[in-house]
Amino acid sequence: MVELQKKQNRGFWTRLWRLPRAWVGGALILLVGIGALLAPVLAPDDPLQQFRDGLSDVGTPLPPNGRFLLGTDHLGRDIWSRTLYGAQISLFVSLVANITASVFGTLVGMLAGYYSGIIDTILMRVTDVLLAFPAILLALGLAAVLRPSVSVVVVILTVITWPALARLVRSQVLIVRERAFIESARASGAQDGYIMFWHILPHTITVTIVWVTLSFASTVLVESSLSFLGVGVPLPTSTWGNMIAEGQSRYRIAPWMIFVPTVAIIITTLGFNLLGDAVRDAIDPRTSLQK
Amino acid sequence: MIGYLIRRLVGAAGVIFGVATITFIMVFLMPGDAARMYAGPRAPEETVERIRELWGLNDPLPVQYVRYLGRAVQGDLGNSTRDSRPVLQAIFERLPATLQLAFSGLLVELLIGVPLGILAALRPGSWADGLTTFLSLIGISIPPFALGLVALYLFGFLIPIFPLGGYGTVLHLILPALVLGFGGSAFYSRVLRNSILDVMGDDYIRTAKAKGVSPRWVLLRHILRNALLPVVTLAGLDLALLLGGVVVIEAVFGWPGIGLQAWTAIRNQDTPIIMGTVLFASIAVVFMNMLVDLLYITLDPRVRLTKG
Repeated sequence: MVELQKKQNRGFWTRLWRLPRAWVGGALILLVGIGALLAPVLAPDDPLQQFRDGLSDVGTPLPPNGRFLLGTDHLGRDIWSRTLYGAQISLFVSLVANITASVFGTLVGMLAGYYSGIIDTILMRVTDVLLAFPAILLALGLAAVLRPSVSVVVVILTVITWPALARLVRSQVLIVRERAFIESARASGAQDGYIMFWHILPHTITVTIVWVTLSFASTVLVESSLSFLGVGVPLPTSTWGNMIAEGQSRYRIAPWMIFVPTVAIIITTLGFNLLGDAVRDAIDPRTSLQK
Repeated sequence: MIGYLIRRLVGAAGVIFGVATITFIMVFLMPGDAARMYAGPRAPEETVERIRELWGLNDPLPVQYVRYLGRAVQGDLGNSTRDSRPVLQAIFERLPATLQLAFSGLLVELLIGVPLGILAALRPGSWADGLTTFLSLIGISIPPFALGLVALYLFGFLIPIFPLGGYGTVLHLILPALVLGFGGSAFYSRVLRNSILDVMGDDYIRTAKAKGVSPRWVLLRHILRNALLPVVTLAGLDLALLLGGVVVIEAVFGWPGIGLQAWTAIRNQDTPIIMGTVLFASIAVVFMNMLVDLLYITLDPRVRLTKG
């Protein structure tokens, strides 16, 4: 059994290795990741520093030039440095939100699927209710209620992310639960918790992994939308979303203020979408046949 | 059928009840003193106290909760703390603009998605197929608000074809509708493509072809009729999503819909408007889900209700 599992796992990595999408996606993510981690080293300037020579004589932002690689914003700040530091926020917030959402979603999905009955009904009604809220609107409401901060954004993203995963895991558990080895585990006296952790979780974990890679991209998008709407990570911290928001009223004189962070967002989301797609195909080769 | 309908209605009512409860909790958590906001910072304390009394803010929480639910059922979502208009009235005033945008966005999705999906399915591996895969990837990777701004810059400023936001003429509608529909269109083409490929393998298609029915007729009469089913479902669900998701697009284009209204309400700390919009949009989602299911049963007699 363990041998078989290993063989399947080896198959997964080989299959993933052979998909160009995985390479491109991985490279893009690596690019953004390095940018975020090494921001203090790579960024030529302090992202919050307002330079006197960062504005033109008439006080307009500077286009990309030798001194400021990607230009400056309306306060004379270096956009390249702000974009690098923005990567830190985006990746950190999305990472934490997805980890919490995947733990919570998996847990709820397992409990609902394993116990069925009243626990299942209650938990699934809760996901029904949460899924009925349009994500951005719910986030807008939550952001209005809680004072915007990094942790509030993480909470918002987690709240809108976990219900869909919980449903997915539950449907998976419902299938696994009926298999013979679960019955035999129970017959040999295994407790519910033990069965769930050692026998069911290994079968649902792949679903979670695929789902998280794909959801990472949408989390980044929602995070930037919240920042853009002014209900995300508060100023003066630079995020891609609030950089674009600041460029919104100035794009006619300084289009780079919106182009640069837009490209940064696309690189990130494209990376995760490509990798997620590849991971899904590599884990379940049958799906790639249908495409 | 009637039993199913009743079950669905009860389920929907339950979800709406849950949604209303959550919005109530959110209203209660709202920082700041609504009565003080309404009275103004310099109003004497007794005035504020009177407003609190008038609005029932001094009552115990359960009492407020029951009252909130009771009023919501009658369509009373409270009044705006800014201009004391009824929230529902404020939503209905802005709703036509949002509906107009949402339907136009849906139309764009279908106009791009359906032909592309058919092309992709007829020739798997062709340029059309490649294009749908590429577009769907780009579509889900571009933040709509950024796409909107870039579109405004390119087609409103550099090449001044469209107005730089606002509301009124068809020209005002085109850019936001295109931006709104772009992301989803490739999704439709992917779904339609897979659905056509599924149907194509069915026996009755082979029979039709063997009878000598012309390929075009087979496509129109036999394949598309069945393959479009999932697209209909998607469109229904999507419309509900578009209703709530247009917030960012409305913010970018200054489109005076319910999303823009909710967004400006945040700056004014106008909680009733925000929560009213959230509640309203969620109820719309629940009803659209139900409608789609019912439509599906009518359109596809193969769907049996016994499973519940």
